[in-house]
Amino acid sequence: MIEIKDLHKSYKTGSNTLHVLKGINFNVAEGELVSIMGSSGSGKSTLLNILGMLDEADQGSYTLDGVPIKNLNEKIAARYRNRFLGFVFQSFNLINYKTALDNVALPLYYQGMKRKERLERAMAYLDKVGLTAWAQHLPNELSGGQKQRVAIARALASDPKVLLADEPTGALDTKTSYEVMDLIQKINEEGRTILIVTHEHDIAEMTKRIVNLKDGVIIDDRKVDQVKALQHV
Amino acid sequence: MFDLERWEEIFETIRKNKLRTFLTGLSVASGIFILVILLGIGQGMRNGISAEFEQDAANILYVWTGRTAVEYKGLNPGRQIQLKNADFQSTAQKYIDELEYKSAVYRIWNGVVDYKKETGSYRVEGVLPDYQFLENTPLMQGRFLNYQDHQNYEKVAVIGKVVKNDLFKEVDPVGKYVEISGINFKVIGVFSDPGGEREENRVYVPLSTGQRVFNGQNNINNMAFTLGKEDNFESALAASNKFSAELQQFLKEQHSVAPEDTRAININNSLENAKRFYDLMDMIKFFFWGVGICTIIAGIVGVSNIMLIIVKERTREIGVRKALGAEPWSIVGMVLHESIFVTAIAGLVGLIGSLALLELVGPMIETNYIANPSVDFGVALTTVVILVVAGALAGFFPAYRAARIKPIVALRDE
Repeated sequence: MIEIKDLHKSYKTGSNTLHVLKGINFNVAEGELVSIMGSSGSGKSTLLNILGMLDEADQGSYTLDGVPIKNLNEKIAARYRNRFLGFVFQSFNLINYKTALDNVALPLYYQGMKRKERLERAMAYLDKVGLTAWAQHLPNELSGGQKQRVAIARALASDPKVLLADEPTGALDTKTSYEVMDLIQKINEEGRTILIVTHEHDIAEMTKRIVNLKDGVIIDDRKVDQVKALQHV
Repeated sequence: MFDLERWEEIFETIRKNKLRTFLTGLSVASGIFILVILLGIGQGMRNGISAEFEQDAANILYVWTGRTAVEYKGLNPGRQIQLKNADFQSTAQKYIDELEYKSAVYRIWNGVVDYKKETGSYRVEGVLPDYQFLENTPLMQGRFLNYQDHQNYEKVAVIGKVVKNDLFKEVDPVGKYVEISGINFKVIGVFSDPGGEREENRVYVPLSTGQRVFNGQNNINNMAFTLGKEDNFESALAASNKFSAELQQFLKEQHSVAPEDTRAININNSLENAKRFYDLMDMIKFFFWGVGICTIIAGIVGVSNIMLIIVKERTREIGVRKALGAEPWSIVGMVLHESIFVTAIAGLVGLIGSLALLELVGPMIETNYIANPSVDFGVALTTVVILVVAGALAGFFPAYRAARIKPIVALRDE
C-alpha cells in the first residue's frame, strides 16, 4: 500500500540546515495497523506529514497504492488527499461553527457530492463511531473523546485508503484514549490501513507493528502481539 | 458563482458568524450612506444657490461711469465722464445684430413720490421699454412702458410692488396719479421682481420724459444690454467678453479716456460673474466629491481590515479544509464569495437607506442655500460597485496567501 525508498528531508533554519529524515526505507501492506514511535525531534511527525502529502520530501520515492507521489501541484495534492487519505489530529481540528454532522460531511463536499447524499453518508459514519445522538451538536458541546470520534468519522467519510493519525490520543485521558484506540482497532479489523504516530508505549502496543525512529533513521521495525484496547476499558 | 452547494456553504458560514458579518456590513453600509448624503447635500446647495442667482437676465452687461484716473491727451485726471444719448444710440446702431435687448437709464435723484397723504423716497429711473426684460420684471397689473410713451414724452410710471404697498395699500393704483418730485405721473402698471424687495422698491418712467421733466438734457447714467442667445455657455461667455471689450474701447475713444484707465468706464458683465459663480459651484461639487471619496477610502480600509482579520481567524480552518481536500482556488473563492455577497448587500442597504432619507427629508428642507437635495442614482450605484470590488480585492490577497500556506503550517497556527 505504502512504499518508501531512501526518503530524505531537511529544513533550513537561518544558515543551519536541519537534516530531519536521513534515508527512510519502509513499506506498509494493506490492512496493517502501524505505530511510528520516537522521541520528539526523531522525525516521526515529518514522516507522517510527507505520507499525508502535507509536506514534500527532498529526495527519495513515495508510492501510495501504486501511484507515485511526486512533483504534485496544489490541486492534485488536494485531490489525492481527498481520495486517498484520512487525517486524525491530536487537537481534533474540527471546524467550530459547524455541527458534528457537517464536519463529517465536509470531505464529501470537496468530492462534489450532493448535500442530501453526503449528509446521509456522514450520518452513517457518525453512527459507526456511536455519536448519532450528537449529530447536531457543535464541537464545543462535545467532550474530548467525542470530538476525536467525530474527527475519526470525518477521516473515514471519504473512504480513504490510508488513515493517518498524529498523536490521536495525545490530548485525552487514559480511559478515553483506550476507547479511541478500541475504535481504531475495530476500523482496522474491517481492513483499513492505519498509521499512528505516538510516543506512548501502551498505545503503540495496541497496534500490530511498531516502527522506531531515532535521529531520522529507523532503528527498529517489529511486529507485536496486539493488545486489545477493550480489555482496559 | 451559481454553484448551489457553495451558496449553502456561504449562508451557513454567515449564519454562524453573525457579528463578523454585521461589522463588515456596517462599515460598508455607513460608507455608502455618508457618501450619498454628502452628494445629495452638495447637489442641494447647487440647486439652492442657483435659485438665488436667477434674478436678472443672466447675460446682462451693465455700463456705468466714474472719474478718470489717468491723465490723457492733456486732460487732467479726476474728470467725471458723463454718458450721452448719442453713446447709447451709436452703440445700439453698431451692434444692431448682436444685441437682443438694450436700454439707457437716466437716474432721477431725490425721487420723492407722493400719493395723497402717503409719501416715500424711491429709486426713480427713466428707461426704455426693453428694460422690462433686462431687469426680468414680471408685471402684476397693467402694462410696462412702450415706445409710444417714449416718443410722446408721456408722463406715465410703472411702480414696484413695494411702492404700491407703501402708497396705495389696498387701492388699485392703475390709472391713479402720483407726484414724482412734485410732477404728476399716471400709474400704468405694477411689477414684481424675482430679485426681491430691493428691486421692487423702484419706479420706472419713460427715458425721454425723465430727461425732459427732470432737466436731464441728453444725459444718461447707465446702459444695459443683453446679447443674442448662443448655443452654449462657453461661446456666450466669449461673445459677451468680446462685446464688453469692444464697447469699453469705443466709449473710451468717445470720451477721450486713456486706454489703461480702469476707473472711468465700467462694464459689469454678469456672465463673467455667472462664470465665477459656476466655478464656485464646481468647487463645492469637487469638495463634496473629495469628502465622499475619502469616506469611501475609509470604508475600503475598514473592509480590508475586516477581511484581513477574517482570513487570519480562519487560517486554521483553511488548513483543515485543505487537509480534507480543498483546492487552493476553492478556498479563495469561498472567502471572496462571502465578502462580495456581504459587501454588496450591505452597500445596497446603505444606498437605499440614504436615498430614502433624501426623499423623505429633502423636500422638508427650507433654507435659502439648500433646495431639493438629490443624488444621481447611477453615481450612487457606481460607488457601491467600487466598494464591493475594492472589498473583494482587499480580501483576495490575504485569502490567496492563506490558500497557499501549506496545510501543515496552517494547522499549527494557534
